[in-house]
Amino acid sequence: MKKLLIGTSMAAMAAIAAFAVTAASAEDIKLGVILGYTGPIESLTPDMAAGAELAIKEVSMSGALLGGSKVMPVRGDTTCTDSAAATAATERLVTSDKIKAIVGGDCSGVTTAMLQNVALANGIVMISPSATSPALSSIEDNGLFFRTAPSDARQGQVLTAILKEKGVKSAALTYTNNDYGKGLANSIKMNFEKAGGKITISAAHEDGKADYTAEVGALAAAGGDVLIVAGYLDQGGKGIIQAALDTGAFETFVLPDGMIGDSLPMAIGADLNGSYGTVPGTDSPGAAKFGDMAKAAGFKAGPFASESYDAAALIMLAMQAAGSSESKMFKSKIIGVANAPGTKIYPGELAKALKIIAGGGEVDYVGASAVELIGPGESAGNYREILVSGGKNTTAKFR
Amino acid sequence: MDGALNSFLLLSNFVLVPGMAYGSQLAIGALGVTLVYGILRFSNFAHGDTMAFGTMAVILVTWLLQAWGVSISPLPTALLALPFGILATIVLLLLTDRWVYRFFRREKAAPVVFLIASVGVMFVMNGVVRFIIGPNDQRFADGERFIIKAREFKRLTGMNEGVAFKTSQGLTIVTAVIVVAALFWFLNRTRAGKSMRAYSDNEDLALLSGINPERVVMITWILAAALATIAGTLYGLDKSFKPFTYFQLLLPIFASAIVGGLGNPLGAIAGGFIIAFSEVTVTYAYKKFLAYNLPPDWAPDSLMQLLSTDYKFAVSFVILVLVLLIRPTGIFRGKAI
Repeated sequence: MKKLLIGTSMAAMAAIAAFAVTAASAEDIKLGVILGYTGPIESLTPDMAAGAELAIKEVSMSGALLGGSKVMPVRGDTTCTDSAAATAATERLVTSDKIKAIVGGDCSGVTTAMLQNVALANGIVMISPSATSPALSSIEDNGLFFRTAPSDARQGQVLTAILKEKGVKSAALTYTNNDYGKGLANSIKMNFEKAGGKITISAAHEDGKADYTAEVGALAAAGGDVLIVAGYLDQGGKGIIQAALDTGAFETFVLPDGMIGDSLPMAIGADLNGSYGTVPGTDSPGAAKFGDMAKAAGFKAGPFASESYDAAALIMLAMQAAGSSESKMFKSKIIGVANAPGTKIYPGELAKALKIIAGGGEVDYVGASAVELIGPGESAGNYREILVSGGKNTTAKFR
Repeated sequence: MDGALNSFLLLSNFVLVPGMAYGSQLAIGALGVTLVYGILRFSNFAHGDTMAFGTMAVILVTWLLQAWGVSISPLPTALLALPFGILATIVLLLLTDRWVYRFFRREKAAPVVFLIASVGVMFVMNGVVRFIIGPNDQRFADGERFIIKAREFKRLTGMNEGVAFKTSQGLTIVTAVIVVAALFWFLNRTRAGKSMRAYSDNEDLALLSGINPERVVMITWILAAALATIAGTLYGLDKSFKPFTYFQLLLPIFASAIVGGLGNPLGAIAGGFIIAFSEVTVTYAYKKFLAYNLPPDWAPDSLMQLLSTDYKFAVSFVILVLVLLIRPTGIFRGKAI
């Protein structure tokens, strides 16, 4: 009897093991797409999520990932500002939805919280399409954190170059009071002063207030040729610009990436014409191709949408390269698939890339945003210089 | 001389004009709080969200009117929608009274019970507003934005400093004067107003002389609804509408009512302006202002800012605490809490 019992249980275990093996070769993989669907950048996130989900759909349809595995996106809300909410949402997706990796978070503060509270503890890979705080370069991540967006340390250099070209000698600077704002403001101030410019004031503003007259009063008292607004376009950043225009304090505004989006020129109107800024972007053939794909899929290739596509694509290519959907297995493959050597891969060619990897070849993923991962795994950074003219964001050039 | 004039214009642009408008908005809001406190004897925490509800109703009607092409340009369409918003808010407050507060009145509950009940009402209203219009910023101002723009002012006068005067700021100040005058006329000259004051001064005596308490309560809620909707709409026109900022407005509004003296309408108005101006003047950077008035070599390098603007809300807190410590009844001798 005892033998029989042992025999049955062993048979059962063998069956389970066999089942597990088949599951590994073709499974349903869940990817978290955790972005701020509510909050200060909520006008950007629908396109970002659509970008990531486009890549996921492309891979699923191809049937080439890990022996025909299907990938499912699962959305979670970071709120962009509330670390507790972002942590809770991520925790839920990791523990109950059993996601294998995360495309996200979006804003730097919540991304740090998600990484430290959930991703590190559970060993889940995170690729953020839009967290740009310099602090994330040196954070302890056990090799789990990557970003397809460049660090703001780089954006500070690019903005300084533009300011110098425009002949700006002094500028007032205001930033949203969080990790993103502080990091970017420091980088701009450091670079601009090194280049001989003068930052007359560097003052924080809180998001979500109805009135920014007092903040603008302080900025106006300090003065400057232009006002650099390192904030969010749907939030305090817009309020500051509106109040500065209303009181006649500043006429030209410098807009870093958090301020670039169609809703800003639409809300402010003609007074914003002549203001300029930067947003990650590239003139590589991948960007144009992604734009067409986005249009066909019914969304706009807005800011960070291409980075989101690339983040999702990198995760899935790395899974293929590691032959496993487990984060601890594929985390070391991400830099390999993103960088040379190998066949260059553009958006829409994910199936081809998966087949090359399956055949033992190497790929150099270029993607929609010309990804080149440097240092601890962040994008080297290509920027689009934006000029607001005729009530629209127009591309002046690429840097 | 030019320097002094320029510095005055500078101060007008950043302190006087915004302070007047903000003060008027706070004053009308505080009047509502103070009336409810005077008659019903509890601090109505739901007032901020009542303002949000009223403004939301105004916004919805405004959108409808805009869709029909009705406009009273250069004035904002919201003014036309205001009476409808007030009606909706009156219905809401009377229903809340019927469903919530009347029960506690019959129980003769302690004021603190009312206060906690009003916190509950606040959360419900907050939820209703977010459910109907969403948590986001809504802009509903139309018509001419400026009475005079800073740039035009500079061109017209040839001064260094311009003063911008927004239509919404002008409207706020004018409306505040009209509302306050009408309210005082009502309280002092009409039968209903007098019965309200009598009820507020001495409830038992008022009951003995045949004043119907339910009627007084009803009139109070109607007035509170009208004041909340007007204050909320003016604030929304001048700044922007977002349910959460209305919830935050509760603090300066209560500070205004308490500083002035709870239950005292005059005090609410004074309190509103005191809070508004202290918030603005304490956080203003006086660098440019001093530069105009001092000899060139004395001009300061620093911003000459007493407090960073982050601490704006703290100012009303500090004033509130000071008043409660030194003169708990407020400047105009209201009721102690």
